[in-house]
Amino acid sequence: MLFLQFLGKYFIFQRKVFSKPDNYKMFYKQIIREIMNLGMNSLGIVIIVSAFIGVVMTIQTAYNTSNPLIPRYLVGLTVRDSILLEFSSTIIALILAGKVGSSISSEIGTMRVSEQIDALEMMGVNSANYLVLPKIIAALIFNPFLTLVSMIIGISGGYIAGISTHAVTSDEFIVGLQYGFTPFYITYSLIKAVCFAFVITSISSFQGYYVSGGSLEVGRCSTKAVVYSSIMILFTNVILTRLLLSI
Amino acid sequence: MITVRHISKSFNGKKVLHDVSIDFERGKTNLVIGQSGSGKTVLLKSIVGLYGVDEGEIIYDNIIFNKLNFMEQNNIRKQMGMLFQGSALFDSFTVEENIIFPMDMFTTMSKKEKIDRANFCLNRVNILNANHLYPSELSGGMQKRVGIARAIALNPKYLFCDEPNSGLDPKTSIMIDKLIKEITEEFNITTIVNTHDMNSVMEIGDKVVFIFEGEIAWEGSSKDVLMSENEKLNNFVFATPLTKRLKALRNNSQPI
Repeated sequence: MLFLQFLGKYFIFQRKVFSKPDNYKMFYKQIIREIMNLGMNSLGIVIIVSAFIGVVMTIQTAYNTSNPLIPRYLVGLTVRDSILLEFSSTIIALILAGKVGSSISSEIGTMRVSEQIDALEMMGVNSANYLVLPKIIAALIFNPFLTLVSMIIGISGGYIAGISTHAVTSDEFIVGLQYGFTPFYITYSLIKAVCFAFVITSISSFQGYYVSGGSLEVGRCSTKAVVYSSIMILFTNVILTRLLLSI
Repeated sequence: MITVRHISKSFNGKKVLHDVSIDFERGKTNLVIGQSGSGKTVLLKSIVGLYGVDEGEIIYDNIIFNKLNFMEQNNIRKQMGMLFQGSALFDSFTVEENIIFPMDMFTTMSKKEKIDRANFCLNRVNILNANHLYPSELSGGMQKRVGIARAIALNPKYLFCDEPNSGLDPKTSIMIDKLIKEITEEFNITTIVNTHDMNSVMEIGDKVVFIFEGEIAWEGSSKDVLMSENEKLNNFVFATPLTKRLKALRNNSQPI
């Protein structure tokens, strides 16, 4: 019963979010601001995490496939498929749920408890639309870009680690990258990135928007935002994988 | 003029406002006083529509506000200005951007006109050379004054102030009170101020309403507050040692 109430409240909130903006000029300005805040500021962590995971993935795959019967190009293939299929979309989304999700929920939550949202409503501004929709749109635009960056950096990191540790030669790694390549994997990953972007921003905003109390509650809502977003990312991942990659 | 008719409001089954009816007059500073938790803020937020009421009517110049749809309510909200307890300035905006914000949202004024209007409002509240500061760089009193400047940016017909003196020293409180009074008379607006500061009551209260446990317990002018025989009001007004001495003087028929 409580879950249904929660779900109903979430959909009512989404209806408020997806309504006509009060002022389009201000709305576009907010989107640009959010792209800078949520997107550009996440670029650093995405690059660092992707590079290191690419490196570790190459070293571990090489270590576990040291049998001479297993072709060395398998290292490149494994790194490619792991990064394209799961890492750059799902794992990066989980990291962004922590970084962006907590930032969104605490920002909106603080605005709620310090009556800034009331001030917006008082002026006749649809606060949910003004505060949340630009964040959702910014994430929908920027997350696929972050996913692409993660793919490039992750695979490049793996390549550099492979040849610098002599675990694999440059040619073997490149053969592995090209072997049985399915371009749809990139599309699949980008579709997931778009869906995860919506999950992270809408759930985190919802948690922040309905917070009441003080700083303690803002902290709690931030934690809830990360936990619920992460669970929903994993759940959405299963559904999308079943829908897009089913045989 | 704002009229409140028989409004009630509950939260989780607990009645916070019970059959409240008041007339707030235009061009006057209407004060709502009462202890913390008596329902003042809920009343104010119900009047402006931030809380929906369970029963009753809120009437703005013959328009029943709480019967209007969301868009119609928003049109009336554009004629309101509100100063919140904690000022509620937007953290990520500068002082100037805070004041320009309602103009950006709802007017087609040019950038120069908006900046001129922001400067006029800031001058009116005696804030100079702070246009590019952020709220975190301002003192509590300055934040309240910027809050007032933002509230009057769109020439409102109605001004609401929730505990404008909370957290301020007595001197700054007097300055904020005077400012609210001056603005009310200058622009002929209907002002409602929530307070538990007796100094404000005596200084600026054209009409005073005392709320006790969600009900109107007393109404009158600031002159009548000290002479009232209402026990609940007296318990509130004469709560401090100093005011108790005033009460003793009053009871001995000496001029206060």
